[in-house]
Amino acid sequence: MRSLFRPSVLPDPGILDDHRPLIRSLERRGFLRGGLSLGALTMLTGCDVGDSTSVGMALRAISAFNDGVQAALFDPNKLAPEYPPSAVLKPPRFNAYYPIEEVKPVDGAAWRLELAGLIQDRRPWTREMIAALPQRETIIRHICVEGWDYIGQWSGVPLRTFLERVGADLRAQYVAFKTADDYPSSIDMATALHPQTLLATTYAGETLPDPFGYPLRLRMATKLGFKNPKWITAIEVTNTYPGGYWEDRGFNWFSGL
Amino acid sequence: MHTIVLNSTAARVRRLHPLAIRVMHWTNAAAMIVLIGSGWGIYNDSVIFHGFDFPVKIGSWAAESLLWHFAAMWVLALNGAAYLIYGVATGRLRERLLPIRLGDVVETVRETLRFKLAHEDLTTYNAVQKILYIVVILAGIAQVVSGLAIWKPVQFSGLTDLLGGFQSARLIHFLGMAVIVGFLVVHVALSLLVPRTLLAMLTGGPELPARRKEP
Repeated sequence: MRSLFRPSVLPDPGILDDHRPLIRSLERRGFLRGGLSLGALTMLTGCDVGDSTSVGMALRAISAFNDGVQAALFDPNKLAPEYPPSAVLKPPRFNAYYPIEEVKPVDGAAWRLELAGLIQDRRPWTREMIAALPQRETIIRHICVEGWDYIGQWSGVPLRTFLERVGADLRAQYVAFKTADDYPSSIDMATALHPQTLLATTYAGETLPDPFGYPLRLRMATKLGFKNPKWITAIEVTNTYPGGYWEDRGFNWFSGL
Repeated sequence: MHTIVLNSTAARVRRLHPLAIRVMHWTNAAAMIVLIGSGWGIYNDSVIFHGFDFPVKIGSWAAESLLWHFAAMWVLALNGAAYLIYGVATGRLRERLLPIRLGDVVETVRETLRFKLAHEDLTTYNAVQKILYIVVILAGIAQVVSGLAIWKPVQFSGLTDLLGGFQSARLIHFLGMAVIVGFLVVHVALSLLVPRTLLAMLTGGPELPARRKEP
């Protein structure tokens, strides 16, 4: 099966022939000049870690090293502290790369969870099928990379249970997620198999409200808030580093707690 | 043979700041400045004190500040560990910073208030200097410990609990920074007022008398 994470419509190769004269007229020198002034601009604005300045590359290399350190520190059997229901914040705090007014609710009846990659049974799942799987509840602290936190009560299917059920290759390196709000993300397999890692469907005992990821979102006790994608539409198990929305923009990939 | 031994002994002059100390001092200075500046950027993303944010920072936005912070932390921690091991192993920490007598503290404060602080001898620290250096070393250690509690509140949950929870650890990390910045202001101001001290940290400073042999 083709990866869902590749563009569904590929560009027509004929486009090159149609524009051949235009392509020929482009001067390499122009690119060089443009590139130089672009480089100078990033010097003025400080080091842009998204680009390829040597400082930016060095910082990213150290961030990748820190991914390795965090994976080594990660204890798959260590549970995050849990809290009493009285400590739960209702409703939870919203956060995304856009304001809450721009949330586009997902139609639960038409929704399907697609599967891709190193998974034996890749048939899509409905809400009812997921609800029939064994459930687990966690009352855990959500910690945002910005520094704020709250305690939330989540329940759903442990990701481990789900991955075992669909015959995923549990020795693969990554589990990647695709969402309805174009917020790709990915995690390491060890965290995916952690007992407090859930495909959450409820918050504080009620169906997940729209702004918090209805009908399905990821909720982990061992990673920062931004690593938990909402409105999940596809899961892929892979050995190719998938990156993610904020991770591609410079935030540390592992981001473990 | 005897001559060679004598020569090599003569060449080993004890300076106020041996080369190792100077390298570690300036490495620490650079790491601290990067950590403070990037820490301000991280703080600004979600402030602890409503209405207060830092006007300057390292990193154009949070992701960059975090990259700087989590790179410089290695420099601070490794260099700091080397400094403490060196200081204990050579006896420098004890020699420079101890003992502190209450009478000396009172005397130093009194002299300072009369603007009569003596600086003729750079090789001995007054009681207030000793206290400030001990405080800033402890603050540096507190930053590494509270930093770990913020970075890994699940893997090191016992440590985070010990500091009173995640937000409390965050506040401690902020206060540790405030102590270090406060120290930095005094430290830099005094070194500029008495430039010989600054020069000594670059060139090694005056010779020290030979160390008394322990029985």
